Amino acid sequence: MSLVAYFDAASSEPLHPQAREALLAAIDVGWADPARLYTQARRAHLLLEQARTEVAEALGARPDEVSFTSSGTQAAHLGVLGTLHGRRRVGRHLVTSAVEHSSVLHAAGVHERDGGTVETVGVSLEGRVDLDAFAEAVARPGTALACLQTANHEVGTVQPVAEAAAACRAGGVPLLVDAAQTAGRMPIPPGWSVLTASAHKWGGPAGVGVLAVRKGTRFRSFLPEDERERRRVPGFENVPGIVAAAAALRAMSAEAAQEQARLSTLVARIRETVPKVVPDVEVIGDPVGRAPHIVTFSCLYVDGEALLTELDKAGFAVSSGSSCTASTLRPSHVLEAMGVLTHGNVRVSLPRGTSAAEVDRFLAVLPDLVRRIRHDAGVA
Amino acid sequence: MTEVTQPSLTIDALGKKCPIPIIMLAEQINHVPLNAVVAVLADDPAAYTDVPAWCRLKSHRHVASYELPEGGWAIHVMRNY
Repeated sequence: MSLVAYFDAASSEPLHPQAREALLAAIDVGWADPARLYTQARRAHLLLEQARTEVAEALGARPDEVSFTSSGTQAAHLGVLGTLHGRRRVGRHLVTSAVEHSSVLHAAGVHERDGGTVETVGVSLEGRVDLDAFAEAVARPGTALACLQTANHEVGTVQPVAEAAAACRAGGVPLLVDAAQTAGRMPIPPGWSVLTASAHKWGGPAGVGVLAVRKGTRFRSFLPEDERERRRVPGFENVPGIVAAAAALRAMSAEAAQEQARLSTLVARIRETVPKVVPDVEVIGDPVGRAPHIVTFSCLYVDGEALLTELDKAGFAVSSGSSCTASTLRPSHVLEAMGVLTHGNVRVSLPRGTSAAEVDRFLAVLPDLVRRIRHDAGVA
Repeated sequence: MTEVTQPSLTIDALGKKCPIPIIMLAEQINHVPLNAVVAVLADDPAAYTDVPAWCRLKSHRHVASYELPEGGWAIHVMRNY
């Protein structure tokens, strides 16, 4: 067992061994400009298009629908603003859930400052979007785009994407689905018009995102003109990174049924055990309809930063949505929207290969750390 | 239903970061009679979410939250037991 148990896969999954292998090989042969016509360029082009086909297949898209971006965040920015731009004549109303990733919400902020309107649909205590309110918002005349994540990045709750997509289809509104937390782990739900994802969350390298635009969906980049990636994404493609991302996605998807079920059992163990061994704890998110690898809980009367520091000293890398751990000094907008306890928050997200022994050690260490922090804060 | 119960106790947690306002509330809620109201004054944005969440977890009642003119909120909690 390694000294540090890395439990922050939702921030970044460690590079998959097959991605590493592909990356090293592609650095040597995939460096040339894939848009040129000489031998080295054709080789880079071939690698790029093979990777595109593989990623498309894993995500349930056609290769010509898939563009590569420089990150999941860039994919979300381009996806939201490019679809809104393409549908300007239909209207300027945007619908999102309150718990989308900040990249989607910040793009919505840009749209709003540019004179568009944004409707944010609330969520339940478990973090699931209010489907009736979402459908109602989407049906409003002038709605140009709706956005919904596959699963929440902080609490793991799975969103009713297929149902939301049906509501969107009925209103003729495209649905952008942010699959960053589940691509490679769970099947992509049907019905998306625009799909975004991030390679380093599925074991690929940093620097590669995916923006898939379903054929027939109006899309127009709002950025200066560029010929790359079907005019959807500007700039020279990161071919080695994309090749590695495709290798990781293929490997993760192939082992997902077994490995994610195993991780889900470990997450269930954490969800069941933490409230038994730590008093005054709220385990957050949907216990059943959730991503396989994420569990979040909040400890009453505990400073989140202190808990993260203590866990780090004990050899556990986790993250937190508590305000003291964020640069903004505000608690996570996800926890706020859910109305759950925001302080003393810990998110555990398990990478592939996490052992039961690591999880058991975490569960053994946690109660005493919480007790000590509470004691130091003068809580009886 | 619109009648506002005057707080029996006001906890000044202005300038204090969570979880301190919640710790103060938990310490002092039993200092008021049953069905009496405690007002928590706080300006940490986390308190706006966390005081009602604490009420839900501890089966007390979050009555209402009022914005303070100088920033922050007066968050009213009724002692249920």
